[in-house]
Amino acid sequence: MKQDMFAAAGPHAERIVELWWVTFGICAVVFAAVLIAFLLALRKGMAGSAVAARPYVPVAAALAVSTVLLVVLMLLSFGTDRALAKLAGEDPLKIEIIAHRWWWEARYQDPDPARSFTTANELHIPVGRAIELTLKADDVIHSFWVPNLGGKRDLIPGRTATLRLQAEQAGTYRGQCAEFCGVQHAKMGLVVYASDDYESWAQAQRASAAEPKTDEQKRGRELFVTGTCAMCHAIQGTAAHGRRAPDLTHFASRKTLAAGAVPNTPGYLAGWIIDPHSIKPGVNMPAHATLSASDLQALVAYLGTLK
Amino acid sequence: MNPVLEKTWRDPPGVVGMLSSINHKTIALRYLITAFAFFVLAGLAAALMRLQLAKPENTLVGPDLYNQLFTMHGTTMMFLFAVPVLLAMGVYLVPLMVGARSIAFPRMNAFSYWVFLAGGVMLWVAFFFDAGADTGWFSYPPLAGPEHSPGKRVDFWAQMITFSELSALLVAIEIIATVFKMRAPGMTLSRMPLFVWAMLVTAFMVLFAMPAVMFASSALIMDRLVGTHFYNYAEGGDPVLWQHLFWFFGHPEVYLIFIPGLGFISAIIATFARRPIYGYPAMVLALIATAFLGFGLWVHHMFAAQLPELGKSFFTAASMLIALPTAIQIFCWIATLWTGRIELRTPLLYVLAFFFILVAGGLTGIVVASVPLDLQLHDTYFVVAHLHYVLIGGAVFPLFGAWFYWFPKFTGRMMNERLGKWQFWLFFVGFNVAFFPMHQLGMEGMPRRVYTYGEAMGWGTLNFVATVGAVTIALSMLLFVINVFTSYRRGVPAAENPWRAATLEWAVASPPPAYNFDRQPVVRSREPLWELKDEIAENVSGLAEKSREVLITTVVDAFPDHRLPFPKPTIWPFVSAMAVTALFIGSIFTPWAVLWGAIPLAIAVTLWFWPKAEETKENLALEKRP
Repeated sequence: MKQDMFAAAGPHAERIVELWWVTFGICAVVFAAVLIAFLLALRKGMAGSAVAARPYVPVAAALAVSTVLLVVLMLLSFGTDRALAKLAGEDPLKIEIIAHRWWWEARYQDPDPARSFTTANELHIPVGRAIELTLKADDVIHSFWVPNLGGKRDLIPGRTATLRLQAEQAGTYRGQCAEFCGVQHAKMGLVVYASDDYESWAQAQRASAAEPKTDEQKRGRELFVTGTCAMCHAIQGTAAHGRRAPDLTHFASRKTLAAGAVPNTPGYLAGWIIDPHSIKPGVNMPAHATLSASDLQALVAYLGTLK
Repeated sequence: MNPVLEKTWRDPPGVVGMLSSINHKTIALRYLITAFAFFVLAGLAAALMRLQLAKPENTLVGPDLYNQLFTMHGTTMMFLFAVPVLLAMGVYLVPLMVGARSIAFPRMNAFSYWVFLAGGVMLWVAFFFDAGADTGWFSYPPLAGPEHSPGKRVDFWAQMITFSELSALLVAIEIIATVFKMRAPGMTLSRMPLFVWAMLVTAFMVLFAMPAVMFASSALIMDRLVGTHFYNYAEGGDPVLWQHLFWFFGHPEVYLIFIPGLGFISAIIATFARRPIYGYPAMVLALIATAFLGFGLWVHHMFAAQLPELGKSFFTAASMLIALPTAIQIFCWIATLWTGRIELRTPLLYVLAFFFILVAGGLTGIVVASVPLDLQLHDTYFVVAHLHYVLIGGAVFPLFGAWFYWFPKFTGRMMNERLGKWQFWLFFVGFNVAFFPMHQLGMEGMPRRVYTYGEAMGWGTLNFVATVGAVTIALSMLLFVINVFTSYRRGVPAAENPWRAATLEWAVASPPPAYNFDRQPVVRSREPLWELKDEIAENVSGLAEKSREVLITTVVDAFPDHRLPFPKPTIWPFVSAMAVTALFIGSIFTPWAVLWGAIPLAIAVTLWFWPKAEETKENLALEKRP
């Protein structure tokens, strides 16, 4: 799962790759030409024949060619800019992205509030449908960037921006915060899943959290709701409504933990709860080193039911 | 050697004498050595970062230290190395090149050095006490604001800006005054060496660029210390205001680092191609055009921020067009080499690296000037590669060339050419190995300013290669230090003009006497030392020898205008600088320091300017009635 601007998976990224190759081609030719002229001049000068040459014509010609090429590059850039702006798409899927230190909150919006839902760090999008992201930041400036789908855009506190993307191919695309945002800027990852069965995923996300079945799982929920967890995290359908940290209603359906830092497995999860700073030093989640083994097991068991 | 002049112009001996010295060459060498020390520190910070990134999930350096390291690296390289080292070359060379006895405002020059030293030392002492700035050399609020960066780290950073900008502004004023009013008679504007033009243009850029960042950093300090809301969006402030102010300085900064480099190149190519640079008027106009355009493209650092699309197009156009003045100069240099008789000595070698490295960096600059491409490449390692190609190719390689070229003038001894060539090739190869792969890393999605990355990202190999390159660069720097030390002690003694160059600094002994010129020369061409071979050199006569007196000439034509008594060495610039330091550092901790700190400062500055009866008598004695 790479993040690569050349592996374009949507029209925005494709346009940019096309512009890249044209620009690269022109620049490569210019580079070679300057280098060759320079090496020839060096050879001629080292020979030291010192003829009274008049370099006016070649210098003026080189300048004229440079000017023309620059104007061409400029027009190509403006053309791509316009083409990107026109890729609006009808009936876009609207997602509000709120960047926090150091995770992404995603609110899938629907005119019907009952159909809206919130998730974190992993976006699911349909293939072939325009996506309209509303970008906001909670604390400092971040930048939303999934190179396989398109260019980046800053999320600035106090401002709202929109970014339109679209995936033409099903696949998994990684992104990462691109504006330095403090201690854990490096581990502020994001995964986008583009697939054809977006609707079934969304339907599952709209449901409240699954009810625990075993006694251990029930004890886990009790610990979650009455302990420190609920002060920051929310699980729909329980009394946990914290908003400072990712919504965990369908936590077990996510493949990664801590904004893409580690895989979401029971082992990593237990480690994360006890000592998140060993995985992501400086993260805002407090350590729970005093948690007893059985409590920890119960919590992990409960969180594992949140499909 | 003229003993009378030497006695008049030399700095007093002893420790107090050292602190009092105002000779532009002494101050410039102090600037150069201090800036080089900061270069080494910032380089070591970079080496640590490269070791951390050499493999995925490395744990050599944690995120907190890593963030301090890249902040210290960028801040030090830009504010404490690049700008001061290049201005210092100007402080040393401009008075010599224009045929003057001293730089204008020599006491202010000494003051500016002490302020610069204090600011840099403060930043690094803070770093060693774990209070190193950690919000990047650009320190965007709200991250750098009071809420998200508690503690004193960012305050030290912001106050260092105040120190180093103050010193740069003062040097800029000195250079402008020296160039405009102290040129040798006959050195009209159109006969000025291209290096002097480059320094003049640079000084003007400093004058217009620095106030923006001084305001920005002062506003940041006030937000942090006294609760103003310049950048606080919740109270009507705006974090984007910072970005505009910072980059309105930050982009011209790149060019004011680059333009002295262009000056070095013109000086060195002319000497070793044994002919004047082709297209002098075009070269001068290109420097001025670069400076103008350099102020019109700051927004290309903010394409990903939320700005109007049409406005961005203007900045794309300006960012691309600024390539033209540089292209003009490149073509003129190639024409010069083509029609010259080249002697491939070490200084020329460093300058020629420009044609490979800077041209590559300039072309990637055109790539990131395009909005759509920049939206993919911005804040990735592609930009890290681009900026190092531009700054190292455009300024650092020419600077090393300049160091080899003027070292005999500074010290009276030649640098070792063999070691110099080894250093060059190690540096050149190491540089490309370190920075070329970063283009690819950026396109593969590696963002800047990350302390680690996962193995699955596939960035491990190229990062390892880059680290090998960085180690090679470190080796080349070690060779340089060895070369400087051994050459300084045992190098071949240098005559007045070892390279048979054309400009006036080569007309005086190596190293030059305190008074520079026995008699101020009169200039009749752009290449005075090449023209004067068979003629008797013309000189200015009638200036006092027993007291400091210089000739002031007119701005455009350099006609003799009047004689001006010059200040003597004094300890007060040093004391004033220390008072400023106490005020600046104190104000990090309490706003009252501005009030109480003003008292010692006022006393020191008053004593600095207090007229002395003896000096007045001397000056009156020199007065001539018409």
